Amino acid sequence: MDALLKIDSVTKAYPGVVANDQVDLEIKPGEIHALLGENGAGKSTLVKMMYGLVKPDSGQMIWEGASYAPADPRAARAAGIAMVFQHFSLFDALTVAENIALGMETPPKTRELSRQIKEVSETYGLPLNPDRTVGTLSAGERQRVEIIRCLLQNPRLLIMDEPTSVLTPQEVDVLFKTLRTLSEEGTAILYISHKLEEIRALCEAATILRGGKVVATCDPRKESARGMAEMMVGQTFATPKRAGETAAGDAVLAVTNLSLPRSSPFATELKDVSLTVGAGEILGIGGVAGNGQDELLSALSGEVRVRAGAVTLDGKKIGDLAPRARRAAGLCVAPEERLGHAAAPTLSLVDNAFLTADVREGLSHRGFIKWGKARDYAKRVIQEFDVRTPSEDVAAQALSGGNLQKFVMGREMMQRPKALVINQPTWGVDAAAAARIRQELMTLADDGVALVVISQDLDELREIATTFAALNGGELSETRPMWGLSMDEIGLMLGGSAGEAA
Amino acid sequence: MIRIVKRRNPSQAWAWATPILAVLLTMIVGGFMFAALGKDPFEAIRLIFWDPLFSEQFASYSRPQLLVKAGPLILIAIGLSIGFRAGIWNIGAEGQYIMGAICGAAVGLALYPSEARWLVFPLMVLFGGIGGILWAMIPALLKTKFNTNEILVSLLLVYVAEQFLAKMAFGALRNPDGQGFPGSRNLAQWSSSSNPELIAGTGAHWGVVAAIIAVLVAFILMTRHRVGFDIKLMGVAPRAAAFSGVNPNRMVVLCLAISGGLAGLAGLFEVTGPSGQITDSFNQGYGFTAIIVAFLGRLNPIGILLAGLLMGLTFIGGELAQLMIGLPASAIQAFQGMLLFFLLALNLMSDYRIEFGQKEAA
Repeated sequence: MDALLKIDSVTKAYPGVVANDQVDLEIKPGEIHALLGENGAGKSTLVKMMYGLVKPDSGQMIWEGASYAPADPRAARAAGIAMVFQHFSLFDALTVAENIALGMETPPKTRELSRQIKEVSETYGLPLNPDRTVGTLSAGERQRVEIIRCLLQNPRLLIMDEPTSVLTPQEVDVLFKTLRTLSEEGTAILYISHKLEEIRALCEAATILRGGKVVATCDPRKESARGMAEMMVGQTFATPKRAGETAAGDAVLAVTNLSLPRSSPFATELKDVSLTVGAGEILGIGGVAGNGQDELLSALSGEVRVRAGAVTLDGKKIGDLAPRARRAAGLCVAPEERLGHAAAPTLSLVDNAFLTADVREGLSHRGFIKWGKARDYAKRVIQEFDVRTPSEDVAAQALSGGNLQKFVMGREMMQRPKALVINQPTWGVDAAAAARIRQELMTLADDGVALVVISQDLDELREIATTFAALNGGELSETRPMWGLSMDEIGLMLGGSAGEAA
Repeated sequence: MIRIVKRRNPSQAWAWATPILAVLLTMIVGGFMFAALGKDPFEAIRLIFWDPLFSEQFASYSRPQLLVKAGPLILIAIGLSIGFRAGIWNIGAEGQYIMGAICGAAVGLALYPSEARWLVFPLMVLFGGIGGILWAMIPALLKTKFNTNEILVSLLLVYVAEQFLAKMAFGALRNPDGQGFPGSRNLAQWSSSSNPELIAGTGAHWGVVAAIIAVLVAFILMTRHRVGFDIKLMGVAPRAAAFSGVNPNRMVVLCLAISGGLAGLAGLFEVTGPSGQITDSFNQGYGFTAIIVAFLGRLNPIGILLAGLLMGLTFIGGELAQLMIGLPASAIQAFQGMLLFFLLALNLMSDYRIEFGQKEAA
C-alpha cells in the first residue's frame, strides 16, 4: 500500500539545537501510528511541520504522492490533516456548537451544524450534546468537542497530541473505540504519547525519536513497554522500588471534614473532604484536573486558611496557620504550576530556594537573609536532583520545564518535612527524571515521611502509592489500599458518571 | 520586519544603561524643543545642567539649593520605590507630604511658644510621619477591605489634601499675630521648631540627613532582609508570594505606611525649614516629581540617590534658565516629563530585545 504521508529526511534546526535531524516517517492510510519520544526529542517540531506551523530547513514531505509544503494550518486542513492539541482552545461561556462553529472557515447554520454534530457523535460513539455550555463539560467531553471539530472536516490524517493525559480509564476506552472505528474507515491516526501500554494496545506502527533523530521503528504489539522505553531513553533503567514493606505508621497528616466554597465561578467547591496519611504512607489522589486538586492543595499549603481543626499534623491543629508556620510545623507543599506559583519566574534559583526553604533550613536570622547559606542550599538541590543549569544565578524561567520541576521537587524534599503534599510530581518531566523523582518520593516515605501525591497519571500512582483515593467534583472518595485495586475499580472510584455523562 | 523578543534573563547592562541614555535623549530632544521656542539650546542645557554647580556667578547661591531640592525628592522616592517594587502604586505622595506637614506643624504650634526644643522638634517630626501614614492608610484600608484601586484613591486624595491645606492656612493654623494675612507662624524662625542648615553653605538640613538614612535603610532592607525579599516577590510573582507565605493585605498596609510616612517626614522638614510656614501654596509638586525620581533610579536606593540629585539639578537649573533666558516654566516641566517618558520607553530594552529581519513563527 502506498504511503498517505511520507516524510523524507526532514531537518529543522533552531539556534543551539537541531530539533529534527534527517527524520524519515511513513504513515499508511488507515494506520494508527505512534510517535514516541521524551520531552525535547523533537515530536512536536515534527508534527508542527506536518500541520503547517513550522517550515523544514531541508528534506521534503509527500502527501498522497504529491509534494506537500503547507504554508499554514489552513492549508494543512485543506489537504486533509487535522490535529487535536493537548491543550484545548475552547471558550467556557459558549456552547459546544458555537465553539465548533468558531473553528470553521464557513460554518453552516446553527441547526444544521447541531445536526451534523449529533450525527458524527453517534457514528463514532462520542456522546455529546451540542447545546451544552463548554464550562460545564468534563475534560473528556471537552476533548470530544475538539475531536468532533476535526472529524467534521473529514480528515485523512488525524494527529492527536497526548490525548489520554486528561482522561479517566473509562473515557480512554471510549476514545480508543472511536479511533479504531476511524482507522477502519481509512483515516490514519498519528498518536503522540509516552504512555507505552496504551500504545501497545492501540497502535500498529511506532516511530521512536531521540535527540531529534529517528532511533527505531517497530510494531508496538510485538515489543514490551520496557523495551520501547529503553529505546526512547537510550539506556536501561531500574523500576523504582520501595526498600521495605509498607506498614502504615501513626497518622501524621489528617484532613477532617474540610469544606471550602468556590472562590470563582469556574473553581471547584470542596465538599466535606477527609483523609489521613500515616508515616511512610504514600496516598495517591487520582482524578482529572479541575476536580478540586488546586483547591485542596491551597487549603493544605496555607494559601487559603481554614478551620484550625480541619488540618492536623501530628495531632496539632494547623488549619488556621499561614504557609510559613505550616512549614515550620513540618508540612511542605509543591504546587502543580511551576512558573509563577511554585517559583517566581524572573528571580534566580537562589531566590527561589529561599522562597520556601527559609524556615526549615534556617536561611535567615531575625529576618536578615543569609545569602551564602541560601546559595549553598540552592546548589545542593541542583546537584542532588541533577538540575541542568549553567549556575544558580539564572532566572527560574530560563530553565526548561522539566529542570525547574526537578528543582522545585528537590527544594521541598530536601527540607526533610514530616508530611509532603505534591500536585503532579512528574508533569512535563522526561522518563528518566520522572523515574528518579518517583524513587526519591519512595525513599522519603521509607524514611517515615507522610506523602500525598496528587496526579492525573494513574500509572504513576499505581507504581508508587500505597493507598488511593479519588477526587471528583470536589469530593474525595474513601481511601483504599492501592495493592490489589484493579484499573476498573479505580475508574469507578474516579466517578464513572464523569466519563459517561452526555 | 522588526520584532520584540522577551529576554529569558533580564539584561543587567541595559538596566544600568537606560537611565544614562534617557538623560542623553532628553537633552537632545529637549534641545530641539528649546530651539523651537527660539532659545539657544546649548545655552539652555548649560544653564540647566552646568551653571548651577560650576558657574562663578550663580554657584554660591544655587549649589546649596541642590540638596534642599534633592532631599525631599529622595526621601519621598525611597518610600515610593518600596511600594512600586511590590506592585503597590502610591501616586498620592503629594497629599501625604501636605498632611505630614500640617500634622507636624499643628503639634508644634500647639506648644508655641515653648522653649523646649528637645521636645518640640522631635515631637513634630514624629507627628509629621504619623500624618503622612494616616493619610496613606485611607487608600490602604479601602484597598484591603473593598479592593479599590490605590492609584485612583491616593491620587484623588491629593486634591482633598490641597483643599485641607488652604483651609488650614486661612483658618485654624493662621498666624494670630499675622494681621490677618494667610499662613501660619514662621516655624523656621522659631528656635524650638526650626530645621536649620546644619553645615553652612551646603543646604543640608535634617531632611537631607533623613534622606541619606532612608537610602541606607532601604538598601539593607531590599537586599538583606526577608521583608524586602517579600516585597520584591509580591511584585514579580503574586501567586508565588502567597505560596511562600506573604500576606498581600499586610503588604499593602506596610508599603503605603512606609511611603506615606516618608512623604509626611519630607513635608515636615520642608515646613520647618526651606518653606518655613504653612501656606495654601506650600506644596511644590515634590510628591509627583518623586515618582519620576523613583523610576529614574530604577527603584534602586542608590540609583534614587543619584536620580534625586539630577532631578534637583533640573529644578534649580530650570529656574536659572527661566531667569536668564526667559524659558517658560512649562517648558522645564515638559523637559522633566521627557525624562520619565524616555526612561519608560527604554526600560523595554532590559526585558526585551529587538530583532531585525524575517523569522518564521515557531
